[in-house]
Amino acid sequence: MALITMRQAITDALREEMLRDESVFIMGQEVGVWGGTYAVTRGFYDEFGERRVRDTPISEMVIGGAATGAAMNGLRPVAEFMTINFAFLALDAMVNHAAKIHYMFGGQMKVPAVFRAPGGGGRQLGATHSHTPDVIFAHFPGLKVVSPSTPYDAKGLLKEAIRIDDPVLFIEHHTLYQLRGEVPEDDYTVPIGVSDVKREGRDVTIVAYAQGLYVAMQAAEQLAHEGIEAEVVDLRSLRPLDMGPILESFRKTFRCVVVEEGWGSYGVGAEIAARIQDEGFDFMDAPVKRVAQYEVPLPYSRELEQSALINPDRVIEAVKEVL
Amino acid sequence: MEKETYLNWYRQMVLIRRFEQRCAELYQLGKIGGFLHLYIGQEAVAVGSIAARKEGDHVITAYRDHAHALAVGADPNALMAELMGKETGISKGRGGSMHLADVNLQFWGGYAVVGGHLPRAVGIALAENYRGTDKGVLCYFGDGSSNIGYFHESLNLAGVWDLPVVFIVENNQYGMGTAIGRSTAAKSMLDRAPGYGMTGVLVNGMDVVEVYEATLQAFERIRNGEGPQFLELTTYRFEGHSMGDPLRYRTKDEVEKWREDDPIGILERRLHSEYGTEQKELDKIDEDVEAIVEEAVLFAEQSPLPPLDSLFDNIYVEA
Repeated sequence: MALITMRQAITDALREEMLRDESVFIMGQEVGVWGGTYAVTRGFYDEFGERRVRDTPISEMVIGGAATGAAMNGLRPVAEFMTINFAFLALDAMVNHAAKIHYMFGGQMKVPAVFRAPGGGGRQLGATHSHTPDVIFAHFPGLKVVSPSTPYDAKGLLKEAIRIDDPVLFIEHHTLYQLRGEVPEDDYTVPIGVSDVKREGRDVTIVAYAQGLYVAMQAAEQLAHEGIEAEVVDLRSLRPLDMGPILESFRKTFRCVVVEEGWGSYGVGAEIAARIQDEGFDFMDAPVKRVAQYEVPLPYSRELEQSALINPDRVIEAVKEVL
Repeated sequence: MEKETYLNWYRQMVLIRRFEQRCAELYQLGKIGGFLHLYIGQEAVAVGSIAARKEGDHVITAYRDHAHALAVGADPNALMAELMGKETGISKGRGGSMHLADVNLQFWGGYAVVGGHLPRAVGIALAENYRGTDKGVLCYFGDGSSNIGYFHESLNLAGVWDLPVVFIVENNQYGMGTAIGRSTAAKSMLDRAPGYGMTGVLVNGMDVVEVYEATLQAFERIRNGEGPQFLELTTYRFEGHSMGDPLRYRTKDEVEKWREDDPIGILERRLHSEYGTEQKELDKIDEDVEAIVEEAVLFAEQSPLPPLDSLFDNIYVEA
């Protein structure tokens, strides 16, 4: 095991898959000569050349659409959007085409494409550059949506995303690139659509993912000082959504708080609360609570922005409401 | 050119015409659902250009796609079954009129978001370029597509990466009911091409022979390493945009004038004048085609519907 950053884990996954499979290539804005806006593909252009590390114009529609076409015709593209905020421009290519093509033509075609996109708030980037819009993409059957919280998961999930024959949106929270974690040296994958218990506890179930996981974990640590033991479940994938570990935990704790960085309306918490009602109603001792971003366009000014985002205090408050 | 080649094109064009006429009837009877866009009047475009492709060259188009499917040689039975939503349909009844495809024939579909398939033509071509083959892509779209972002981003990227795509504008003069002059600031479709490093070529899209030769030359330029190509094929749809078009945007006189250039009529005249073909030869082909279309209708009607328990099949390859 080596202690590496999330950025390094993603870089390693890409590099190892490119070395393993000639059909894997990278396309996107500034992925080549520049080395990637978040430096994920630094050195790739020199190592693999411009055939496999392809700088594109600022043209999200064709990035999404051409990656889909190349995947249909036998390649395994990893298309990078500079941020998920720009992927809105490619929404049609991803959700109305990549996600539909296998089904709509009766299974004739496959779209083994990966779309990578950094996202999230908290860096004073203003309203248009700070979205956590993961649920928009997760709304559509046909697309798989993944957002890891640890270097281990990031590397294993990205390798899996590249290897499977379905289109995957891989969302990287931009505040986590420097986060370090243990990653094995040997080749491994993490299956998509499997939630993971990141902390065990008996009193309350906290569901989170990506950067929200750390908000949940900090809250859990503070609650532990008060004798409240929270179990924290990391979704890792939004679609397919694995309710198994959540329900298993809920049947033990009878209480649940869902933490998500995006807005709460029509969100991850709403979905999980509904599913717990359907599948775990007999175990409910309290309403499922949601902790989410306040429903404003994120402002630039630091304190103002932070006040709109999720934090451990809000999670603790929600936990105490359900206990 | 061999007489047989002309006769083969005639057969394909009549097949498309007759297939479309039967579709219109079946739609009125409620046997075909959804939207239905007929290709009548534009037959020379699909037939002439697809005839110019070599084995392994790809085809992708928009929602007016029956003709391209027939021209690549897809099974008329499976196509008609698709239109009737049957399990035996070419897309297993999941796609319908606007989403026909036959991957075994390198026909990648039928797409119903205007311009949405252009980047996929670029991606399909990229895969060929990546593998170092000499295969190209025929990408069809209407004049109405040329104002959407997909068009500009796709032509630009194909130009930047030097990809083997023949972009074919089927200029039938209208995007739904809006005439080009009311939607497009550029004076001509051809003016678009130089902006993406291409030289546009104007072709009479009503003459299958001219279409064939222009497409053949475009493929030659691609295989000579001259990068993506841009053809504007002037044509006209004799019927409405789709079934239920009120046809308020053009006059009967205009339609009649274009009908004088019926692409099947032009080819008939070529067959008579260049090869002295007798009418009975053509009549025999018409009869054969009639039988093919009727068999397709019968096959489709007798085919089973998709089983309801197959609803969730093929959402993912790996569920």
